[in-house]
Amino acid sequence: MIAETGHFALVLALAVALVQMIVPAYGAWKGDHAMMRVGKPAALTQLMLVGIAFLALTLAFVVSDFSVALVANNSAVDKPLIFKISGVWGNHEGSMVLWVLILALYGALVALFGRNLPDRLRANVLAVQGSVGVAFLLFILATSDPFLRLDPAPFEGAGLNPILQDRALAFHPPWLYAGYVGFSMTFSFAIAALMEGRVDAAWARWVRPWALAAWLALTIGIAMGSWWAYYTLGWGGFWFWDPVENASLMPWLAGTALLHSAIVAEKRGALKSWTILLAILAFSLSLVGTFLVRSGVLTSVHAFAVSPARGVFVLAILGVFVGGSLTLYAWRAPMLKTGGLFAPISREGALLLNNLLLTASAAAVFIGTLYPLLLDAVGGPKITVGPPFFNTTFVPLWAPLLFMVPFGPMMSWKRGDFVAAGQRLIFAAGAAFVVCLTLYGVVSDGPWLAPIGMAAAVWLVVGALSEIAWRVKLFTAPAAESWRRARGLPRAAWGTMLAHGGLGIAVAGIVGVTAWKSERIVALPEGGTTSISGYELTLEKVGTRGGPNYDATTGVVRVERDGEFVTFLLPERRRYPTERQEKTEPAIYTTGFSDLYVVLGEGNRTGEWALRAYVNPLAPFIWLGGMVMALGGLVSLTDRRLRVGAPQRAKAKGRNATAPAE
Amino acid sequence: MKIRALLLALLLALTPVAGFAAVSPDEQLSDPRLEARAREVSKELRCMVCQNESIDDSDAELAKDLRMLVRKRILAGDTNAEVKQYLVARYGEFVLMKPPFQPATWLLWLGPGVILLGGGIGVILFLRRSSRRDENAIGNPALSEAERRRLDEIVKDEPSE
Repeated sequence: MIAETGHFALVLALAVALVQMIVPAYGAWKGDHAMMRVGKPAALTQLMLVGIAFLALTLAFVVSDFSVALVANNSAVDKPLIFKISGVWGNHEGSMVLWVLILALYGALVALFGRNLPDRLRANVLAVQGSVGVAFLLFILATSDPFLRLDPAPFEGAGLNPILQDRALAFHPPWLYAGYVGFSMTFSFAIAALMEGRVDAAWARWVRPWALAAWLALTIGIAMGSWWAYYTLGWGGFWFWDPVENASLMPWLAGTALLHSAIVAEKRGALKSWTILLAILAFSLSLVGTFLVRSGVLTSVHAFAVSPARGVFVLAILGVFVGGSLTLYAWRAPMLKTGGLFAPISREGALLLNNLLLTASAAAVFIGTLYPLLLDAVGGPKITVGPPFFNTTFVPLWAPLLFMVPFGPMMSWKRGDFVAAGQRLIFAAGAAFVVCLTLYGVVSDGPWLAPIGMAAAVWLVVGALSEIAWRVKLFTAPAAESWRRARGLPRAAWGTMLAHGGLGIAVAGIVGVTAWKSERIVALPEGGTTSISGYELTLEKVGTRGGPNYDATTGVVRVERDGEFVTFLLPERRRYPTERQEKTEPAIYTTGFSDLYVVLGEGNRTGEWALRAYVNPLAPFIWLGGMVMALGGLVSLTDRRLRVGAPQRAKAKGRNATAPAE
Repeated sequence: MKIRALLLALLLALTPVAGFAAVSPDEQLSDPRLEARAREVSKELRCMVCQNESIDDSDAELAKDLRMLVRKRILAGDTNAEVKQYLVARYGEFVLMKPPFQPATWLLWLGPGVILLGGGIGVILFLRRSSRRDENAIGNPALSEAERRRLDEIVKDEPSE
């Protein structure tokens, strides 16, 4: 009964989404306010219905109702509750329901909090949002029904892949989807603007919070996934340029560009049509990612050709939305008024360069990810595009980008002064230079580029701090004056500092791990010792223990440094009898500045165990940086400018007229 | 391997393939310089039955065999390039993590550069066009009294930077 209720709710949600797509848009076209107002109740009803479907599915997982095929294939009775719940989206069908749930949530948020939006804009936005809902609800009902029954129901389910039974991974997909689907909001705003043929500063201000929210969620999702990969996959890597990862990186890059160009559109009224194009691109890339992962095309083009139903469906969705929106763009964008003139050397110019480099790097990921598939599809040779390709194309694109980041916020709008901005960054440049030279002097191993990479990280972090220091006149004005200015600074300025500084922290981590990682692979008997980067490791004992739904072989590794006890590490190999699979569970000791990472391998006949140890310098910085960036997004999101309407803002600004401009 | 491929297809999430640090102690060469070379070469060779994993990362049987093969070739005195060539001859270019630059991959290798160049030219044209508009605007400085008052208001409102 539960499953049928869920299924019924999905069908109703489709009907409501159809209404939400058609009625408000028609009303906006005809100028009929009663029809436009249908958008709000439709969006709220859709959220309620998809919510019911999602709850029904979750309930089926929680009570282990194996008469539902999806539950039987992806869950088991003895699985801990948290993984029963995360199992809902740990599979194709359930994850699509989550996708639509988040979509409906965004739609409902616009309906609820979009009170200060003009009626027509709100109606059109909700209609476009409804159309995305229609497409994906149809997709679920036609090709991916999560509520199919199984008769007879088995006594035990097949379980969830042990790899997915992990706390960080459990909450990684919701964040990622909140990011992907969040770009449907900016997309809806872009399409609505094209339909009306009007983009103004107010439009840009309404778009920015959604772009920020989506970007923030996607940043958290990517960082979480990368962290998970780091501590789960067992060799301490954090990014593999895997197509599945690239699928999330492409919208992130386009979304980052969008965030920045939306600032120009809002503050200066320039780059409006480019901002709209980026909003379309960011969502299109989210859809491309969905296609890549959902169609099975990654496994092999031929597997896709054999059972194409899902792939073709997503491809059709992709074609309709991307093709339709780009056509609309080509038709309507020339009618948008251009505004806001600026010189090449200016804040606008810096943001334009940022957009150029970010878009080019998104294109590089796009080409690298899809090229082997396309080549194969047209009967060309089978090739592999692996990490070396991405590293060679990414580094030259990102080097100038990272160099430019601190300059951007130091430039003034319209016409900037490069030299003056450079003078404000003199301290950051000095710090970067000192770090670079010191590293060349002190560190003998690692690639020659590494110290330059660390210099870039210092440049970013100190540059971000310098911007705030300059704005509050730190050290050049009395402390009280600086304090007053700091309190008057808009949240967006703090957000910028955090996001740019966080980027620097992440860069430091990436460079540190990539350049100076050390590794030791040995076979040890119980009681045997080995050493790595100043740590002495003793494999004291290898025993077994039982977990809730697995049995583990656990190594007890005593860690010492300079003869002093540091910690015990307990790396494991786990066997999951229900799933008939194994996974290794590395053990990590972190000082905050570097990780000691130990993996227990297989035992051999002579009673020796393979032990892999890594020291990953600065590894924690990668995810710390990601979190600081996300925090920056959050702080920007709370900027009063994004919460209050334009008229109030003008008043507020008049009051704080002495505060520095943003 | 099939389960992994399936898992990948199933997750719209960051899930690179699950392999567990591959190289085992008994495979390693005793000469650390040669071993380092073997690792370097292994990282550039694909495990053909896996999804996007190098043989250095994969714990598949095939990857293990290939790692042993790489080490055998290195011990036999091959240079890194020769080892890779040897594997390409046996398994085709699919085995290379970094695709070679050839007609079939021109678009791949040049694509990002072409897009950057095209975008750069677009930006320059855009800036030139808008600076011309700028001059036009400057060439026509007459403001009405109302515009001047509005401008003063704006200037007063907008704090200097």
